[in-house]
Amino acid sequence: MSASLTLVVVMAVLYAVGVFMLLERSMTRVLLGFLLVGNATNLLILIVSGRPGVAPFFGDEGTFADPLPQAFILTSIVITFGVSAFLMALIYRSWRLANADVVHDDSEDIEVGRRTAAIAMERAVAGDDTEFGTRAAAAVADALDLAEQERKEDEASVNEQLRMQASHTESDGAEHDTTEEGK
Amino acid sequence: MLALLAIFALVALVVPALTRALGVRVFPLIAIVPAAAFVYTLTLTPQVMVGAPPTETVMWISQLQLDLSVRVDTLSWLLSLIVTGVGALVILYCAKYFTNSEEGLGRFASVLLAFTGVMYGLVIADNVYLLFIFWEATSVFSYLLIGHYTGRTASRGAAMQALIVTTAGGLVMLVGLVMLAEHSATASLTEIIDREPHGAIVTVAVMLILVGALTKSAIVPFHFWLPAAMAAPTPVSAYLHAAAMVQAGIYLVARLAPGFADTPGWRPLLLGLGLFTMLVGGWRALKQFDLKLLLAYGTVSQLGFLLVVVSYGTRNAALAGVALLLTHALFKAALFLIVGITDHRAGTRDLRKLSGLGREAPFLAGFAVLATASMAGIPFTAGFVAKEAVLSAFFEDAASGSAAGWVALIGVAVGSTLTVAYSARFLWGAFARKEGVEKVRPVHESVPFLFSPGLLAITGIVLAPLFGALGTVLAGYSTLLPQHHDDYALALWHGFDVAFLVSTLTVLGGLALFFARAPVFAGQSRVPALIDSSRLYRQSMRALDRVAGRVTATTQRGSLPFYLSVILLVMVGAVGTTLALNRTWPTSLLLFDGPTQLAIGAIMVVAALSLGGAKKRFSAALLVGVTGYGLAALFAFHGAPDLALTQVLVETVTLIAFVLVLRRLPARLGKEHGSVHRGVRALIGAAVGLLMAVVAVVALGARTASPISEALPKLAHEIGHGNNVVNVVLVDIRGWDTLGELAVIVAAATGVASLVFLRSRTDNLPRDAERPRKQSLTSRFTPSPELIAPEYVPGVQDPSTRNSWLLAGRRLAPENRSILLEVVIRLLFHAIVVLSLYLLFAGHNLPGGGFAGGLVAGLALAGRYLAGGRYELAAAAPFDAGRVLGFGLLLAAGTATVPLFFGAQALTSTFFEATIPVLGHLEFTTSTIFDIGVYLVVVGMVLDVLRSLGAEIDRQQEDASDVLESGSTI
Repeated sequence: MSASLTLVVVMAVLYAVGVFMLLERSMTRVLLGFLLVGNATNLLILIVSGRPGVAPFFGDEGTFADPLPQAFILTSIVITFGVSAFLMALIYRSWRLANADVVHDDSEDIEVGRRTAAIAMERAVAGDDTEFGTRAAAAVADALDLAEQERKEDEASVNEQLRMQASHTESDGAEHDTTEEGK
Repeated sequence: MLALLAIFALVALVVPALTRALGVRVFPLIAIVPAAAFVYTLTLTPQVMVGAPPTETVMWISQLQLDLSVRVDTLSWLLSLIVTGVGALVILYCAKYFTNSEEGLGRFASVLLAFTGVMYGLVIADNVYLLFIFWEATSVFSYLLIGHYTGRTASRGAAMQALIVTTAGGLVMLVGLVMLAEHSATASLTEIIDREPHGAIVTVAVMLILVGALTKSAIVPFHFWLPAAMAAPTPVSAYLHAAAMVQAGIYLVARLAPGFADTPGWRPLLLGLGLFTMLVGGWRALKQFDLKLLLAYGTVSQLGFLLVVVSYGTRNAALAGVALLLTHALFKAALFLIVGITDHRAGTRDLRKLSGLGREAPFLAGFAVLATASMAGIPFTAGFVAKEAVLSAFFEDAASGSAAGWVALIGVAVGSTLTVAYSARFLWGAFARKEGVEKVRPVHESVPFLFSPGLLAITGIVLAPLFGALGTVLAGYSTLLPQHHDDYALALWHGFDVAFLVSTLTVLGGLALFFARAPVFAGQSRVPALIDSSRLYRQSMRALDRVAGRVTATTQRGSLPFYLSVILLVMVGAVGTTLALNRTWPTSLLLFDGPTQLAIGAIMVVAALSLGGAKKRFSAALLVGVTGYGLAALFAFHGAPDLALTQVLVETVTLIAFVLVLRRLPARLGKEHGSVHRGVRALIGAAVGLLMAVVAVVALGARTASPISEALPKLAHEIGHGNNVVNVVLVDIRGWDTLGELAVIVAAATGVASLVFLRSRTDNLPRDAERPRKQSLTSRFTPSPELIAPEYVPGVQDPSTRNSWLLAGRRLAPENRSILLEVVIRLLFHAIVVLSLYLLFAGHNLPGGGFAGGLVAGLALAGRYLAGGRYELAAAAPFDAGRVLGFGLLLAAGTATVPLFFGAQALTSTFFEATIPVLGHLEFTTSTIFDIGVYLVVVGMVLDVLRSLGAEIDRQQEDASDVLESGSTI
């Protein structure tokens, strides 16, 4: 099967310019890029559908062009239109709301990126020395005293650790929230 | 056996509902399930004894060697009895341990029963993958059980830690199991072990499996999760962390030992780690104040002990190992349950706060003494018999000159000394009277509460004389291992031999350690912890968090162009690599198919390239249009008239829509806001273009087989009754694709409308205000007074009395009007609509079809709108776009589904023909209805675009200028 170099070159140029524009921040340019890439893709399907031929109508003489890829392209043309219309509405909306036609960086993503490893690990230590404490049938007088005391010591050491960890992360230039982990 | 597993699962599912009704009384009820499994396993004893293990297999995915196959041989028989027997007793115990007010009781009961079930499945599974599934299931259920007190930080942390450590080990094990199963070409555990495979792959596989076993059985360096897991309710610790889950690793080592004990590295690794664990666990147990933690470290120690024995690889050691496995489950579960009762009673497990409990609770103390005696290996308990067997096995090996035997013997002796010491510490701590500590208050001892620990403790004693008989059953396992010495027989009394001597020495040494506890403890606190795995675990988890944070910060920058670049570069890299390896290239490369193609191509390339530098929006839109129209021409010359037609129409509609939006945006195409890396973008663009060029060439080169579409023309004619192959493909042969596409279009149109209208999609066209919904044909041409805005039409004297033909144009400002255009469009409108209908119905045999027809109708509407404004559009399309879309989709979907009711496949078309006077011969296929649906959806889509991007934007603009004029701010 032989290919037409012209079609391939046209397609490659459409793709290249399309991608070039897709990577911009101006939404209108992104839409233009999308349209170009859409056209390029339809052309791609056309190229790989084989040699040109007679239009595929039953009863006509000659070698038909492959009808199946044509059906795909037809579907794709109309869908491209639907998606472009949607993009246009998006552009209009963005313009109405922000008077801007620009794809901004997602500030929440940036924020997430800044908060490195602030996820507090819950400490896996042996807990209190009782499940029942004062709820027990005949609780000893200091059933919870010692436990309470040790728990506080534990907490102090946890807080100490967290503080060290926090100062470590802060020295990396990151924000760190310890209030929740202290609990 | 499989039926039992199913019962476990089913009962576990209904337990939460049952618990709501029964409260803690649900526990005795569900304890029946493991008890039944226990009894059933007992009935299998004769078969197990004669060496004919019962098996069951249900084929599942045989191609992947995934079968539900279970097998009860001696080892499985023993473990089944342990997990179901202890399981039943622990579940029973829960009835007294918890109260009805316990939070999450239903979940707890359900998970505990499910755990018992998967544990049972784990010990009888014969397929390695099935084994793995049960293995990981125990990890997950253990996570849920340890984390039962969801409100406690320690509880959640411990649950997570246990889960991470054991599942990580499990995943490593899975790799080993897959390697082993692939190498042996069977997934049956029995067959794999029978074949005793050798080689480097097997060694690696076995080592990986051992990682799983060691994590599960809390062997150093993975031991740290077990003490932390004591945050679980005590019944859970008694079952999971004494009898069941932690013994799973030991079970697996015992299971593999007959086939793999001679694997290089097996003995030194397991002997070393086992002994080390035994000593570390015992040492740390001596330091604990919390009775439960004391038992936990004691369990770590005992697990090390068990590992040493079952992995040793001689027949007598194996026999001793399984005996020890049984006794350990009995005494350790009993002791945990006793600690649970202590805590339940005194409200503490701290041995510094407990005093005089022995006198107040004599039965509890009595059972504790029995269980502890078995743990310490005091003569004439089951623990003693097992310990004797272990010591004898190691001594006979040592005596025959094995260094490993000496190491094992001495290590186990030292470890046992520690065991005796912490056993004594446990008894003393829980029950003794202590100076200066307030005595516990008296409480009546509850028989049902004591039942489970009592039964377990007494079994540990009663079993001792029965070990002789049991030994003959257990020999069914130990004889799988090679015989080195005379077979040892388990017995209550072997005389004053070396083993007894060592055993006595350990007891004396242990007691000495206990009585010297003050100096020992002082010495202990001076020795720093050798290794702190849990610290290492925490550090690595923190490092993982930090790395994840860094990776997120680096990759998730929130920049769309960046993400897109990454995606495209990955595509170039991945597809490019594949292309580089490609072997099918086209036979030849033509320059062009014809000079026209070259000319069109050149125009398109020029248009595309100048687009890159276009400064104005409108010119950019036109340049894109040029590539689109050029594409249509290429289609036409390729032999695709339908495509050319549709492309031209779509390009026109797109251009109109574009212009409608553009008029609200500044003319200049903005600066390239923040799009700094022009060179990089150009490079990526060029790379993608080049890549796609190669893809096209390679894909074309791959067209070597004759395409299926060769049969399509005939199919289209004979079955679809149409000559236009492309159209028949769309509405009939591949109708599903089209139906899906219609759904996409409806979604896109709805999206457009909702982005512009915000509130309701039906509220914009002014017809509702101006004209009643139902109107006669004549009244349609008699506009109501509001429709006419007299201030714009100074020349008209009495508009309401005249039939208005140019319906709404006079709503426009005169300077915006073009009467000529309005008249021409008005004249052409109906003709164009008729043309669109012709295209729709002719499309089955000639170029056209629903898509082209719908687009033409849409263009007719667009013309009306452009000439006469939004009032004109309302007059031209007096229907709701949403309903048109919906009705079109309904028609198409209806055509797809109706054949189902006639027993045909979806989308089957039916053909009618008739000769009618005057009209002549008529043909009709039901797929035409489908095409009408397509037509309506496309019309609805275009109408929605006009209404939203056209009319509604007009209205919003007018509102905005009204507001501006009235001087108020928005």
